[in-house]
Order: sequence, then structure tokens, then C-alpha cells
Amino acid sequence: MALLDLRERTGYLFVAVTVGHIILISAQVNTRRGVPMLEAVTFGVFAEVQRAAGAVISGARDGWQGYFALQDVRHENERLRQQVGQLQIKLQEERALAQQSRGLQNLLELRQRTDLSTTGAAVIAGGASPDFRTVTIDKGTTEGLRPDQAVISPGGVVGRIIMPSARASKVQLLIDRNAAAGALVERSRAQGVVLGTGGDRLRMEYVSGAADVKVGDVVVTSGIDGIYPKGFVIGQIESIERGAGMFSAIMIKPAVDFTSVEDVLIVLTPPPALDAVDAAEPGTGARNANPNREPGT
Amino acid sequence: MRAAGVLVAIALALALQTTLARFVVGGTAAIDLVLVVVVYVALTTGPGTGMLAGSVAGLIQDALSSGGVIGIGGLAKSLVGFFAGMIGQQFIVTAALPRFVMFLAATIVHAVVFMGLYTVLDLRTFGSPYAAVLSQALGNAAAGMIAFTIVEALPGVVERRRVRRRL
Repeated sequence: MALLDLRERTGYLFVAVTVGHIILISAQVNTRRGVPMLEAVTFGVFAEVQRAAGAVISGARDGWQGYFALQDVRHENERLRQQVGQLQIKLQEERALAQQSRGLQNLLELRQRTDLSTTGAAVIAGGASPDFRTVTIDKGTTEGLRPDQAVISPGGVVGRIIMPSARASKVQLLIDRNAAAGALVERSRAQGVVLGTGGDRLRMEYVSGAADVKVGDVVVTSGIDGIYPKGFVIGQIESIERGAGMFSAIMIKPAVDFTSVEDVLIVLTPPPALDAVDAAEPGTGARNANPNREPGT
Repeated sequence: MRAAGVLVAIALALALQTTLARFVVGGTAAIDLVLVVVVYVALTTGPGTGMLAGSVAGLIQDALSSGGVIGIGGLAKSLVGFFAGMIGQQFIVTAALPRFVMFLAATIVHAVVFMGLYTVLDLRTFGSPYAAVLSQALGNAAAGMIAFTIVEALPGVVERRRVRRRL
């Protein structure tokens, strides 16, 4: 009866028998790569099924992630934003550390250039009042600091210690209204006194109207004041006003950017008594490594 | 009952094929008696039975052949049985010549499928088998004609003997 049923469906039977034989043959025959043909064909067919299933699943997942799981994306976005913010802060910290390292290196170089006994200090605070241009450093009498010791930096003269405490000191910047330093024009050796203006410029006074002074000349310390060692750079002449009087009004752009001073050196050695200011010669001074190595000093 | 008869026929054909046929023509398999049986069954019963008979006979033949791939002969004989049965149903194949042509064509189709599969699968090479295929086709056709003649004449002979005994 079953045979009769099969005979009524000859087409299906033909396909079934043919496929069965093909499968049987494939199970015994290897491909040229040595893989059984049945395995290769099965794998090939199933791989397509897997590919189709994978495409369907991938599409569903993409759809889910692209449309329904945006909340996770938002959370992730917030988390990444926070992370970026933290990294930016860290980068700034690293940059600050690098900058500080460069400053310290410059200080070290300055210290090695001079025979003066110095000690390094860090600026820990600014002035309490805008009328007084001062900063506070992190060393005091414990480290041997005393009033009227010069404070210098790789850029040039910073100021002097006016109030040391045990572990900190107040430094009067050279731009303070009450600050002054003996100075001379490096090129012509014209002498004068540099005074603070309370602003971002210095004023040089008591320079003879006949003195050889030009805009762009470098002004250095003369050492005559007994505070600042001779030959350290104060700044560069920015303008000259030759009036009717005996002296010229000279404005100086400080060599030091007082808004960004971070590390300084305090000169512990009192400057030698200078009775011959003229001994300072052009092209000498701390600017050229060692002011005390100049001949005649 | 018919299925049993088919199976017996196949078994007899295989037995003859393995014992007698090789003595017929110089030890070469010039006649495929199993194929003859398959074509005979297909022509007399139809494509379904012909295909199943071809499948079973071919598989047994493959299994008995050493070194061959089981299924190639089965597939070839299945196809032959199916198409022979189809032709037998569509056309009147009772005369001697059509039957002769049917056996001849079935043998050629079988050889094409059988050798073609082996060649495509790079399992065996057959060189130029035209003469061998043609001779086998002629032998199969002759055997088939004899088989038809015997089977169709057998009832009459039996009946005549029975009448003769009564007399």
C-alpha cells in the first residue's frame, strides 16, 4: 500500500531518491582540498543559512542598538564626557608639571652659571593688595633668608625680600611703587636708578640727558644699591623722553613677566661693595653666565 | 508481491552477473544484467518501481564492487529506471524494435551518468569508452530482448504443456 502511495507521488520520490544518492556519494568523496564533499557541501549550504541568520540577527541588533538602546548610548556619552573632562584636567596638570619642570631647569642653569650662593624657592601666593606688588615665597629665615636679599629668576631681576618669616617670605617685586634698583645701560654704561611704577613697566631715572641711550638697549643691575648683584638683566628700554631738564625719562619693559613667576632664586651671598660701578663692562653680567667673573669686579 | 518479484529478479541478475556473465564474452563485463532487469521492470511497471528497482540494484552492485563509490551506480540506475518507466508509460514499447532501442538508449544513458560522475568527481578515468559502451549497449539490448521473449513466452509454454498432459 505504501509502495502504491509512493508510486502515486513519483516526482517526489524521484527527487528524494536522487538527493539521497547524491548525499550518499558526497559522503564518500573528498574534494580536491581533502575535505569530504558531503561535509563541504553541508558546510557551504549551512554557511549560507548561518550568513542569512547572522544577517537577520545583526539587522535586529542594529535596529535595537540604533533605535531602542539609545538610552545606553546617552549614558555612555555622559560617561565619556566626564572621562574627557577628567583627562583634560589631567593633561593640564601634566602640562603644568612640565612647565614647572622647565622653570626649575632654567633656575638650575642660572644657579650653575653664577658663583653666588643661592637657594631656590617657589612662589606660593600673590600680593594681598593691588597697591603693593608683592609675592610670597615658600622659604624663610629657617633657610637663611633675610631682608633685602635679591630675588632673581632666569629671566632677570624679580625683586627683594622685605619680610621673611620662619618658613615663608614676602618679596617686593621690582615693579612695586616703592621698589628701586641701581641700574645701568649695558651698552653705554650709562647709570641710573630703576623704579617701579606699580604697573607693568619700570622707569629709569637719573640718566643724564647727554648719555648714550637708545630704545632697545638692555638695562642691567649695577650692584650699587648693595642688594642686587651686578649684571642681572632688568629689562629693555622701550621709550625715551628727552626733556628740558638734565635727565631723560626712560621707560623700561621688564625682562621678567611678573604675572607668571613661579620659581625663583634668592641670592644668599651679600653683593660685594661696589666702589667702581664703571667696572661693569658691556656684554658681561649674569646675562652672560657669571657676573662675578667679569674683570675688575 | 510485485516488489518481491522485483527483488528476486535483481538477485538473480546479480547472481548471473557475478557468475555467468563474465564467461560470456572473454571475461569482460559486456553485459550488465542488473541494468537489463531494471529497464525491464521500468518498462513493465512504470517509473516509480523502475526507479526504486534501479536504486536498490545499483546500490547492491556498488556495494559488491570493490573500490567504487556507493551510490554512483545506484543513482545512474535510478535515473535510467525512472526515465525508462516514463517512456514506457508515454509510448507503446511492446514491439521488438522499440524495446531494443530502449535497452540500447538506457545503457548509453547509464554509462554517461556513471562514467560522467566518476570523471567529474575526479575518481576514475575511462579513456575512450565508446566502443565498450556500444558493445555493452548491444549486449544489453540483446539480453533484454531475450528476457522479454522468455518472460512473454513462458506462460504460453506452460499452458501448452498443461494441455498436452491432459490429453
